[in-house]
Amino acid sequence: MATLVHTETLDLAARFPGAVTADTRPGYSGWIVNKENLVEVATTLRDEFGFDLLSHVTGVDYFPDKMEVVYNAYRTTGGPGIFFKVQVPRVDPIEVPSVTPIWPGAEFQEREIFDLYGIKFTNHPDLRRILMWEGFDGHPLRKDWHEPFYEEDNKPFKSRWPDGKFLSAEDKNPYKDNLRFPQGFDPEKITFDGEAALYGALAKYQTTDKNGLKTDHVIVNMGPQHPSTHGVFRAAVVLDGETVIGLKPVMGYLHRNHEKIGERNTFLQNMPFTDRLDYFNSMSNNWGYSLAVEKLMGVKPPERAEYLRVIMAELSRIQNHLILIGMLLNDLGTFFTPALYAFEERELILDIFEATSGTRMMCNYHRFGGVARDLPAGVFEKIRDLVEDRIPRKADEFDRFLTENEVLVSRMKGVKVINGEDAINYSITGPVLRAAGIPYDVRRAQPYGIYDRFDFDVALRHNGDLYDNYLIRLDEIRQSVRILQQALKQMPEGPVMTGKPQYQVRVPAGESYGRIEAPKGELGFYIISTGKPNPWRYHVRAPSFINITALEKMCVGQKIADFVAILGVIDIVLGELDR
Amino acid sequence: MTDNKELNSPGYEIPDDLAHAVSITTIDRLYNWGRRSSVWPLMFGLACCAIEMIAAQASRYDLARFGMEVMRPSPRQSDLMIVAGTVTKKMVPSIVRLYNQMPEPKYVMAMGACASGGGPFKEGYNVVAGVDKFIPVDVYVPGCPPTPQALIAGLIKLQEKIDKQSIRKVRWYRKGADTVQIPVPVLGPDIMDPRRYDEIKRLASRAVPAGEKPAEAVEATSSPAEEA
Ligand code: SF4
Repeated sequence: MATLVHTETLDLAARFPGAVTADTRPGYSGWIVNKENLVEVATTLRDEFGFDLLSHVTGVDYFPDKMEVVYNAYRTTGGPGIFFKVQVPRVDPIEVPSVTPIWPGAEFQEREIFDLYGIKFTNHPDLRRILMWEGFDGHPLRKDWHEPFYEEDNKPFKSRWPDGKFLSAEDKNPYKDNLRFPQGFDPEKITFDGEAALYGALAKYQTTDKNGLKTDHVIVNMGPQHPSTHGVFRAAVVLDGETVIGLKPVMGYLHRNHEKIGERNTFLQNMPFTDRLDYFNSMSNNWGYSLAVEKLMGVKPPERAEYLRVIMAELSRIQNHLILIGMLLNDLGTFFTPALYAFEERELILDIFEATSGTRMMCNYHRFGGVARDLPAGVFEKIRDLVEDRIPRKADEFDRFLTENEVLVSRMKGVKVINGEDAINYSITGPVLRAAGIPYDVRRAQPYGIYDRFDFDVALRHNGDLYDNYLIRLDEIRQSVRILQQALKQMPEGPVMTGKPQYQVRVPAGESYGRIEAPKGELGFYIISTGKPNPWRYHVRAPSFINITALEKMCVGQKIADFVAILGVIDIVLGELDR
Repeated sequence: MTDNKELNSPGYEIPDDLAHAVSITTIDRLYNWGRRSSVWPLMFGLACCAIEMIAAQASRYDLARFGMEVMRPSPRQSDLMIVAGTVTKKMVPSIVRLYNQMPEPKYVMAMGACASGGGPFKEGYNVVAGVDKFIPVDVYVPGCPPTPQALIAGLIKLQEKIDKQSIRKVRWYRKGADTVQIPVPVLGPDIMDPRRYDEIKRLASRAVPAGEKPAEAVEATSSPAEEA
């Protein structure tokens, strides 16, 4: 497709008169599509205008009159994306056509919207709750749904010490606990079975042979407590012998209500919460969020802060990939020794984080318009030593021990994870996409910060098997080292913060999406501000969550042992997956 | 055997030439010394804190120094459940089940703010405000996340606790001790602890006070005084 219209000049309203109008609310962009025409418009966007990657879908509750579903699509060839939205009146049943048939990557996200907003997607293949359990009361992200510990709509809350008397959240709730039940509820009368829907979804895999005999397959539940699932992830796997013939991921075991809490918090209060999304990479999580808010505020960090952001984010990427390789070997059966090798350098990187931000993992380092602190004395030299010496050495060491290792090669080579075309359809981003031959890296596709200044290659592999997924992590470590070397040379002196640090920032009304290339894929924050101290909508586009959509597709036909390894290379982290 | 001062009971003279070959001690000390030096934790990570737990296992902090490096993924083989991370309502039935499956003697450590009391996510609708609402906790380790050093300090506290126990009194040598099971919570409209069914029923049946907001907001906004 040679002649793609620029996103800026693309006029959807002219292409679909009557069906699409421009979104003219102040601070907003994109298009509002009639519900009836959504499928048609989406198909055109993908096939005619080349927006092949559906980045994220989310809901917004414009209480009290309407609900909105927001879609955001990009081109894998790079450039800005396009927003389009569907608005529906806020009266149940709220229905919107599903775009899963067009972009299969929307499947879990639509389930999430159904779960949290109660919007039904017609034509969706498997519309069940995803984060909360079947039978949960209500749709928690609706603005008129209040959690049991509800105090006020917005933070900062009033004093917890009124008249000098201590008040805890429990005191305000009749159950003295984080509980709410419908009025007149009787726990003994409960009849439904939460798992029934899950097993119902798996029942289609029953086969009947030609004599009419039904063959039952074995359903194995891996997780939520299982050493191979990297946290509290669960997969219900249908097995025929050792071969996977069906799989349903079950998640929500670490659903910590990030978005609901985020919409009560003030803008700055959310910063430490972003740390706890992908808890390996708090430095990059901070960045995604500050980008989104800075866009709305119209501030730019000073030069030195930009460099510090790059340095911290790339160090973070390195330790993430080191751990990934270590844990992948764990999954493949070399119990923990390689992981210990990986932890060695990770500790040194964490030392730098600790020296700079005050804590090892939850760095809370970014501020709107800069970073919280400059490097303390001696840390610059430490980073330089790491970057010039230890990390390249570590990469070479892994290379030497693993890349040609016969057992590893025969175990990983040719075990397909996913091919490029499917990866795009399923909205997969990050190393898994690049290992499948698609050179899509946000740092290049739509550079943020100062990434346009650095000379580096987008790591690329072509087979999309386990082996390539392992190799691409090594490649990326080496590219990160290249970026770091340049950044350390170029970093100027100067302030690290624009203006004075503020507890309460003024964020003009509007919507904004900030995205970065996190180690696990495209991490984005979709923020809606109404000009008040708190975001009206705070949505996290979590790469772990979206990359897992294709898990079933990846695993069907593989052996159960390969499922473990595939899950390992997708690189999920539950804090981000469940939010 | 080492010249173990903790183990050797004073009060009995051991001739010098036998000092390295003979120990005289009490059964309690021997019993506790054995247990405290090989606490096997359940390999069980819930959230961010679990990463620091792994870091504590790794070479720099090296839990092997305390005999705790053997992490068991199966509850049947472990002595200590480190609840490392946020306990959610959806997860808590599994946690209680795992706890029930652990054989005695068993200990529970709440690692981090979340497991101890809900932490930064306490107000969340899917978050349990502390694992001790469901299972008994022996040691709390504060922090978000606690550093590996803090975790180790917590483990040392646990060792001290073990040291204080006496084989004559411990619950697991009493009759029927292993049959004590904590009822597994049930997921309904919200998490339901079977031990509290009556209470839930009673409170849920209360009439909505006049002039209050719709049913949903009532529970959250009614004041503690009313309840009493
Ligand atoms: S205490 Fe902090 S670090 Fe630990 S699980 Fe909770 S949020 Fe994560």
